[in-house]
Formats: sequence, C-alpha cells, structure tokens
Amino acid sequence: MTGKPILKVRNLSVDFPMRRAVLHAVKDISFDLMPGETLCVVGESGSGKSVTARAILQLVAKPGSITQGEIVLAGGEDDVDIVKLGSSGPAIRQIRGRRIAMIFQEPMTSLSPVHTIGHQIVETILLHEQVSKDEARKRAIALLDRVRIPNPEQALDRYSFEFSGGMRQRAMIAMALSCNPEVLIADEPTTALDVTTQAEILSLIKELQRDRGMAVLFITHDMGVVAQIADRVMVMFRGEKVEEANVFDLFANPQKAYTKALLGSVLKLETPAPRPPRPAAEVPVAAIDNLALHFPLNPGFMGKPVTYLKAIDGISLTINEGETVGVVGESGSGKTTLGRTLLRVYTPTGGTVNYRRGDGTLVDIASLRKSGLQSLYGEVRMIFQDPHSSLNPRMTVYQIISEPLRTNTRMSEAQMRDRVEELLTRVGLPADGADRYPHAFSGGQRQRISIARAIAVRPRLIVADEPTSALDVSLRHQVLDLMRDLQTEFGLSYLFISHDISVIRYFCDRVAVMKSGKIVEIGDVAQICERPVHDYTKTLISAVPRPDPRLRADAPA
Amino acid sequence: MSLDTKPYDADALLDQQVTAGQFQAAGQWTMVWSRFRRHKLALVSLAVVGFIYFIALFAEFLAPYDPGKFDPRYTFVPPQGIGLFVDDGQGGSRFQPHVTGYKIELNPVSFRREFTIDPETIIPIGLFVEGQPYKLWGLFGMNRHLIGPIDQSQPFFLAGGDRLGRDLLSRTIHGTRISMSIGLVGVGLSLVLGMILGGISGYRGGMVDRIIQRVIEFIRSVPTIPLWLGLAAAMPKDWPPLQVYFSILVILSLIGWTEIARVVRGRFLSLRNEDFVISARLDGVSEFRLIMRHMMPSLYSHLIAAITLAIPNMILAETALSFLGLGLQPPIVSWGVLLQDTQNLRAITQAPWLFIPGICVVIAVLALNFLGDGVRDAADPYGK
Repeated sequence: MTGKPILKVRNLSVDFPMRRAVLHAVKDISFDLMPGETLCVVGESGSGKSVTARAILQLVAKPGSITQGEIVLAGGEDDVDIVKLGSSGPAIRQIRGRRIAMIFQEPMTSLSPVHTIGHQIVETILLHEQVSKDEARKRAIALLDRVRIPNPEQALDRYSFEFSGGMRQRAMIAMALSCNPEVLIADEPTTALDVTTQAEILSLIKELQRDRGMAVLFITHDMGVVAQIADRVMVMFRGEKVEEANVFDLFANPQKAYTKALLGSVLKLETPAPRPPRPAAEVPVAAIDNLALHFPLNPGFMGKPVTYLKAIDGISLTINEGETVGVVGESGSGKTTLGRTLLRVYTPTGGTVNYRRGDGTLVDIASLRKSGLQSLYGEVRMIFQDPHSSLNPRMTVYQIISEPLRTNTRMSEAQMRDRVEELLTRVGLPADGADRYPHAFSGGQRQRISIARAIAVRPRLIVADEPTSALDVSLRHQVLDLMRDLQTEFGLSYLFISHDISVIRYFCDRVAVMKSGKIVEIGDVAQICERPVHDYTKTLISAVPRPDPRLRADAPA
Repeated sequence: MSLDTKPYDADALLDQQVTAGQFQAAGQWTMVWSRFRRHKLALVSLAVVGFIYFIALFAEFLAPYDPGKFDPRYTFVPPQGIGLFVDDGQGGSRFQPHVTGYKIELNPVSFRREFTIDPETIIPIGLFVEGQPYKLWGLFGMNRHLIGPIDQSQPFFLAGGDRLGRDLLSRTIHGTRISMSIGLVGVGLSLVLGMILGGISGYRGGMVDRIIQRVIEFIRSVPTIPLWLGLAAAMPKDWPPLQVYFSILVILSLIGWTEIARVVRGRFLSLRNEDFVISARLDGVSEFRLIMRHMMPSLYSHLIAAITLAIPNMILAETALSFLGLGLQPPIVSWGVLLQDTQNLRAITQAPWLFIPGICVVIAVLALNFLGDGVRDAADPYGK
C-alpha cells in the first residue's frame, strides 16, 4: 500500500513505575497504519500490545505514562501529535471517538448497564456532531441495522444486559462507528466470545472496514484470527517490536526466532500428536449413563418448581482406561458442569456414573455418600482452568501439593516433603520452589503445580477443565505434552473439557460435542474434526479460525 | 513454513513470565502494608491508637497517683501548669521543673472554697519520683511514677481535681485501661460469637443460614440503649465490681457480634465457590480443616478491619452506660464513670476540666474509626 499513513507511531515508550522497579511496558515502538488497512498487533500476555493501543488514545492507566515518542495522526490540513495533547482536555476528546474509535474485549463492562443502547449511541453522536436528537436517533437505527442487529428500532430501547455477548459487541461496534472514525482500534474484541460468534464479528469488522475505508488496528493473541483478517502483522514481545511484515510473508517466512517459536507452537497444535493405537478390548474406567443436573428456576411458594434449568440433560459417555475423552462446546453448553458433577461438586439429579476402582470394584459416584467419596478423592482428580484462582494464594506450594497426601495417605511430614519435591521435579519445576507462594510463579508454572497436585496420590481419572485456556499459546502444548507423558506413565484417563478445537484435536482420542446440556455428536477425534456429521458440529468446526492465511479468499495464488 | 533454524528457546519464554511474576511477588502482608501507608490519616491514627494502648498498659506507672487517693482539702482544684525555671533569689534563674501551689480563699457570698494559683509556692516535681507503692499488672511491686511532686504531701493536679479532691489525670489514665480493654475484650467475645455463627451461616447456607440471619436482623432491630439499660438494670447492685465489668462485657458483645457475623458470612459465601476451596474439597480435606486452613486465612485482614471498626462502638456503648450510672460502678474507673461527674451544672461552670475524659473518648473513637477505615481499604490486596 502506498500513500501517506493515517497514523504514524514513532519511538513510543510507556513505563509503569512499580514498587521497586520501573516496568517498561512498551519500549521504543514505531509503526505506520495506512488508510484502509488492517494491522494486527500480536503477542502473548505482557507483551505490551494492549498498552500500545491504549497509548494511542491517551488511555494508559495510572500510574503508567508515555515517556517518549510521538503518535502522529494525519489530518486534512494538519498532522496532530497525540502525545502532546495530554490525557485530558478538549483536544484529545475531539480525537477520541470522533477520529479514532476503540472497541474493547469485554462488551459487558464497556457498555453502561443503566442506560439503553440507543441512549448511549445517541449520546456519542450528539457529543461529537451538531445534529438534532431525532436525526441522531435515525442514525443510531441505521448503525444498528448496519451491524446486523435484528429489529434495530426496538433494540435501541433495550439495555445491554438484555443482549447476548455477540450482540453487545455489535452494539459496541455500532457505537464506535457512530462518528465515522478514520481509525478503529480493536483490543481483543472477540476473545470473550464463542468461536461461532467470533467468526460473525470478524467478518462484520472486515466488511465495515471495506465499506468505509477505515484503518483498523487489531490487537489479538490468536494467530488464527491474525491469519484471517490481517493485512500486515506486528509481533510484540516483552514490550518490544519483534517483527513487522505482510501477513502472508510472516506466516510463510518468519524472520525472527521468537516469531518462529510462536508460530511453531500454534502450528504444533494444528496436527494431532501421535498416539498409541487403542487396544481392541477397552476397559471402561467410568461409564456415565443418562446423567442429569436440573436446577429449579422459579421455586414456587410451598409448591414445586415449574421450570428447570437443564445444565446437564441426560449425558451418556464412557471413559476407557488410558483414554482421553474430550468434551467441546461453547459457553453455557454445560461442559464444565459435567466435569464438576462427575466429581460430585454438584450432586446430579438423575443418572449414574459407574466408576471402576483400582481394585476392580464398581461404585456409582452419582449416588455415593460422603464417606465413600472420601476414598475416591485420591483416584479421581481435577485440574482447573484458572491456575490463579485454583491455588490458594495464602499457602505455599508445598502446603498445596501436600494437601491431598495429608488426607489420602498416611505419610509422615518428611515423606511428604520428599514426595512433593519429586512431584515438582516431575512436572518440570525446581524442587526448591516448594516453599514459595503461588504468586511467585507464572501462569504456566502454576498450571504445572495444579498438575502436580492432581497426580500427588495414585490418580486414575483426571477431569481437566480447560487446563490450557488461561495460558499463552506458546505454553499450551508444553502443558499438554506433560499431561500426555503422565498419562503413559500412570495409565491415566482424562476427561478433557475445552472450547478450543485445536487443543482437543491435539490431545484427545475421542471427543463429545455438547450443546445446551446434551451431547450432539460423539466420535473419534479425527472423524469429528474432519468429517463432522451433525450440523452444529459443522458450524463449530468451520468457525474456528485456522492459522493459515493461504486459506483466505483474498490469498495470492 | 520453515522451522529449521533453532527454535526460540521454550524455557526463555517461561523465564520471561517468571520475571513478570516477580514484579508482584510481594507477600500478602507487604501488599497490605504498602496500601495502608497511602492512607495518611490512618497512619496517624495508628500512632494515636498505639499511644493510647501504651498508656492503658502502663497506667499505674504513668499516673502520678492511685485513682482512689483523695484529699478533701483540694476539692475541684483547677489544673496546675508546669514551670521549668525558678527564681534563684539572686536575680537569675535555675532549672527546676515545678508546679505552683494554691491559695485557698473562702468566697463570702457562696461559702465555697475557691482556689487561686499562688505563684509564690513552688512545688518541685521530677521524673521517676518515688510515690505511692503499686503493683504493675498486679505482679511487680514498684513505687516509681513517671512524674510527680518530689514531696508527696504537696498538691499535684495537672488536670485538676474532682469533687473528692482526687487527681483527674491519674483517674483518666487508669480509666483508659478499663475503657480501652472493654473495647478490646468485648470485641474479642463478639469475634468468637460472630466467627462461629457467621461461619456456620455462610458455609452451610440453607435453613441454618436463614435462621441465623433472621436472629441477627432481630437483634439489630432492637433499640440498643433501652436494651442495654434493661440488661444493666437487671444486674444486682451488690455484685463485686469485677463481676459487673464482665457482665457489661457480655451485654455489649451480645449485640456486637452481629456485625462481625455478617462480615464473616459474606466472605464465606463468596469463598465457598472459589476454585481453590473446591479443589481443597476434592483433595478430600475435612470440613473443619477446610474452614480453618483454607478459608479463614483469606479472612484475617477483613476481620482485623471489622474488629478495629467494632472497638469504638464498644467504647461508646460502655461510656454511655456508665455515664447513665448503669454500667461500671465506682471504684472501677472508666471514662464513662468519670463523666458521671459532669452531670451537674456546677461542673460545667466551675470545673470544666472534668470533661477531659470526654475528650479522650472522642480522640480514641475517632482514631480507631480512621484506623479501621484504612485497614478496611488495605485489607484485600488481591482486590481492586
């Protein structure tokens, strides 16, 4: 693309003073944004990509501040250096919303719940342009129609909490577009959304951009999204720009080692890991039969509840010894609830879970009493999604990992000490980390601690509830490979819950697709991913952005 | 795609995240403290509260006299000022801390004795003087006082005297111990009740929770002063002072626990569904251990805040009761008991220094409230 860039960032640095040190969130970044192009800023957590985006609108959260550099917005007659405008005052407000608009990751928190959608859009229009209220309302309706919100006239008078996540993000986009901005900054706008909704929002942004000739600065950590929508890509790492290139060149021929590693870890998840063939005669570990969990919705006064929320609605699923069964579904499909019901965090309202214990006896977990459950806690384990909330911040790593040993075995303190150090070494952490608190570890390391806790006693079945979703992509396959190694070592079975098809495909033998508390399709992982039968599965699979720009319609031959 | 060159070291990626983690690797209490320090008023209040409790702890030593010592010659004497230098008779002056004596005159109209400061009578005073013997904390026999007249027979009233000629300063200092300890011990009792009942209520939920919450609402809806009055009036007059003291404590705590129970319940309700609590449950941890080891530590900072905010209420309640003559009874000295003397007009017109204990109450309550605010804001270092 030739011509004058609409936005020119030169030597931008943003610092955050910490208690003892200064965190250089963004170090000396320079880039150009051309009119009508999409520049994707990609990087893992802590790479400074969001801070860069916020700095452009002077929205850096305190105590952070822009320490050097310039951000030049090309105007009709004059160029404006945004850095010189300061973070408040009429000059910067003229730019925010009117010339550069921003959409955020979480549409629920960026829309006010006490005003109607229409009120918020109309207000934005009135704020920036001299039009009458009726005129502004008409434009708001047109905008909602443009972002394909059905019945825009009625939708205008509804509140944000009446909308689904995808609808909210559409409303947010409508609001951002209300003053015809020249630049749109999208900060992970689809991260909080389901894949099918994500696909819709992405194509909407793409389409709007084509119509209006907007420049889009798109912040994301998802290489699949990058491959789908970017014209050019800027890779960031620890606040620095690693590489900037055309999207096709970047994927085909990455220059820097970091980019290669990042792409490598993404692509590794694209192909299933080699797995040993399943034995001819399967031995089931847990047979879930017609499991149900219904929550009463409107408990009538002294009467029986009339309607139920069917979180799990008659699930039947068998997990065999040494097998990994994946459960995939969008948010609200009941997959997490299924995992938790299996472990009796919730008591099911119907159905059975026949679990074969280590000694060959069968027990029904669904109807087991407290004392019976107690003896299972060493065998059936759980790994949680968020390693930040599942490790008690007030206990040391030793205390956390030794807890299951304390309750399920008769080890002495010294024996537990040895075992914990052994476990830490096994999951690839230094043994001397035992006396530190979880916050001294990174997300990936914390998830390793969770895994160490799960395998502390003699585990046979592990329910892994989105164990990689909170992790950066470069760490995902590391954690998965560790889990795989442990599986061969202990003959473990996994119930692996995830919303991420690529992780499922990489890790699982069989996969069940869940929707609204029911399993719509179950089968071998290759079959589900390559030749899905059910319509819902087809939509789900096709919505997943593949990290390969060559699959795009506009790819050069 | 070519990945043939040496891939980016995966460990380096991990390392990067570790360093990122270390930026926030400060311990919980360090974080609480650094937040607390930003609250300047709370920091000052902390010093004030510390000072008040220091006085309470060493009351016998800091007070010039025993609170019961009286001298009928000096009823309602005004406070004396401390002078540092005396005229040495040769035109110069020498260093000698002193107070001045009193001239007693009989007012011919009102037939009352009136005191005027007599600058001629010098009463030398000193630090660490020998005076009335006492037992510090009832254990160590001592007779040194921080400050006092060198000749014990001379009058020494830095804060004036009351209607029996007792030294108000000594009585206020001794009152500090009772008033502040009522606050502390009373809150201790409420804490035990509040933690147990609030904990059960929050952890169990359901019917138990509903019953306990209704009881709390009922107790809180009863007007407190009449309730206290009723309970205090029901106490036999012939009980020994110590027994009265403890009964008052129990009465105050019976109402005070509700606030703490609510704090504990609220935290338990939210903690119950935290991932780390569920994971501890799935480790097979017993219920008792789950509550004590996994949930309680997350509550400590909140409890400290709740306690700090509950103490001033206790102090005020005790003061109010004692002021009305229904709380502690002489010879026990508390600020409330001392304030009983201000109930008549003569005190206001003739001896305004009798309000000094009231000023102490105001300072103590304000300081504790500010401190509590600061602690509450700093309490949750992982919150926003």
